Amino acid sequence: MTQEFTAAETLDVRGENCPMPVVKTKQAIDDLESGDVLEVLATDPGSESDLGGWADSTDGVALLEQGQTEMDGVTVYTHYVRNE
Amino acid sequence: MSTDSQSSEDEALPSRETLQERIEQLEAQVADLEDDDSKKMSIIATKGSLDMAYPPLILASTAAAFGWEVTVFHTFWGLDILHEERSRDLKVSAVGNPSMPMPNALGAFPGGDRLATWYMNREIEDNGTATIEELIDTSLEMGVDLQVCQMTADLFGYDTDEFYDGVTTDVGAATALRDMADADIQLLV
Repeated sequence: MTQEFTAAETLDVRGENCPMPVVKTKQAIDDLESGDVLEVLATDPGSESDLGGWADSTDGVALLEQGQTEMDGVTVYTHYVRNE
Repeated sequence: MSTDSQSSEDEALPSRETLQERIEQLEAQVADLEDDDSKKMSIIATKGSLDMAYPPLILASTAAAFGWEVTVFHTFWGLDILHEERSRDLKVSAVGNPSMPMPNALGAFPGGDRLATWYMNREIEDNGTATIEELIDTSLEMGVDLQVCQMTADLFGYDTDEFYDGVTTDVGAATALRDMADADIQLLV
């Protein structure tokens, strides 16, 4: 994973399900300055497709990177979204 | 070319003023269309069971996250979703729902719906699914216009102050139709 950016904030939506990861990402990204990157941590496997679909269709956001990692024995889906 | 000359040929052509006016009208229309690039969605929510309360609220809050303008017109049993007290006690019907993970015949016995509701509430809690109240609060926070159909509110004897703060009251079918006509996406749930 090559990170060429630093997350200004982290949104932890682990344990939450559709539609909350997308909805809370939108709310959190709106609180950031233009150019800032938001890190989203989710356990919802659907968040991978959903955040991609959301970022594609929504003005003012860019999905920089998505990944998976293990935290406390649980698969966590990571998403990096920039406020454009 | 002088515009003063009134030959029969000139009369057939629109005047410079008429053309100027038409250009201004068209420019205003184009500006309106350009302003109007955000999508709109209009949902009519007619069902008040726990399972049927979810789809309109999930779609509405997600559409708001897309930056869309969303109205949800709640009518008939859909009103219960916005009724503060009743929304906390929405039920699932076990009868006629073969997808329920219990023998369908059990649903017809007394307490069948209560059992099905208890089961679904437990699943909602265990799976980290948002509650109806959470989805309503989030939708309102994100600017979704949740509307109460006045006619059915009167029919069911619900007072305006029994609904969640922030919902739109005193609206009817014409409001819903206007929203549907303006919308890119219209759904009846």
